[in-house]
Amino acid sequence: MPSKLIEKTMRVNRLPHIWCPGCGHGILMRDVAQAIENCGLDPDKVVIVSGIGCSSRAAGYMNYNTLHTTHGRAIAFATGVKLANPELNVIVITGDGDATAIGGNHLIHACRRNIDLTVIVFNNNIYGMTGGQYSPTTPHGEKGTTAPYGNIDYNFDIPQLAQAAGATFTGRCTAYHAQQAIKLIEAGIKHHGFSLIEGLSVCPTYYGRKNKKGDSVKMLSWQKDNAVDVKAAAKMTPEQLEGKILIGELSRVDNKEEYTDMYMKIIEKVGGDK
Amino acid sequence: MENNKKLVINPKWCKGCGICAEFCPKDVLKIVHNKVQIVNDEACIKCGLCELRCPDYAIYIEKEGE
Ligand SMILES: Cc1ncc(C[n+]2csc(CCOP(=O)(O)OP(=O)(O)O)c2C)c(N)n1
Ligand code: SF4
Ligand SMILES: [Mg+2]
Repeated sequence: MPSKLIEKTMRVNRLPHIWCPGCGHGILMRDVAQAIENCGLDPDKVVIVSGIGCSSRAAGYMNYNTLHTTHGRAIAFATGVKLANPELNVIVITGDGDATAIGGNHLIHACRRNIDLTVIVFNNNIYGMTGGQYSPTTPHGEKGTTAPYGNIDYNFDIPQLAQAAGATFTGRCTAYHAQQAIKLIEAGIKHHGFSLIEGLSVCPTYYGRKNKKGDSVKMLSWQKDNAVDVKAAAKMTPEQLEGKILIGELSRVDNKEEYTDMYMKIIEKVGGDK
Repeated sequence: MENNKKLVINPKWCKGCGICAEFCPKDVLKIVHNKVQIVNDEACIKCGLCELRCPDYAIYIEKEGE
């Protein structure tokens, strides 16, 4: 028997999921489910859209309307769903590869439009599903199967990228800080406009092993010791913040009109009979 | 402690990652033969941190009457 939350929000007959022991994706998927529940949304009005990757398998497990689409295109599909029926709550679950490599263009343009989607990137700093190739978020100098001598690319900061592209809500959470993650995702869902939440995951199987980060417990301990809430960070010196990673709500704009609202206004004005 | 709450394990879903045992503030849990076991039930304060961090939904707090 699973917990009440899991029974309600997951397709229990598909569990246990295929993720490796200690994979952070399972923790983050639970956070998303709890956040949806906390928002009190009608499950029939919730759509989960994902692309391809270990992270994107989440759409197969969650008991809502779900779309498991093609690699990098989750946000494009989600844009279509939202435009066709703006009253739906459209939530995208994607990976760092899915969202910022092959899907990077879709990401920045959705940010720019400020369309009311909530995009949660399960960032494990690697392509997990295909065997540990480096991604746009693999830190500079770290290893992947395609960077055996260390990655010479500089990595993206996903919330900063989204904010610069026009997203009106950005934040970061970790698999370790589950309570804070649930609150942040809740706020992202409630925000009327494009919300980007980076969920720092852990991939002990590829990223962890390649970079000698230890097992999942060690990788989560790193998050515990190095993540600092933005509010606490405001009182810290640059020296104290050296090597730390900021979590919480990172940016927010409330006075920018949302895309489907503007689109509906045009339909009303010039669309004639529907 | 909160005797309307019970700590429940689903060994079928447990993959033995050890996250719950490591971060339990009261050392209630232990991984034995690759599965979690409750070794110190008395000490459990039913905080639910294990449930929040279990990637496999294999441990949780059950509330009586639910
Ligand atoms: C068009 C296309 N190109 C490449 C692939 C191979 N592929 C599958 S998943 C993936 C990367 C997934 O990485 P990420 O999005 O970070 O997810 P993770 O597995 O790490 O959770 C790639 C390159 C594909 N399925 N489709
Ligand atoms: S390969 Fe990595 S990301 Fe994929 S399920 Fe395993 S631990 Fe998770
Ligand atoms: Mg990844």
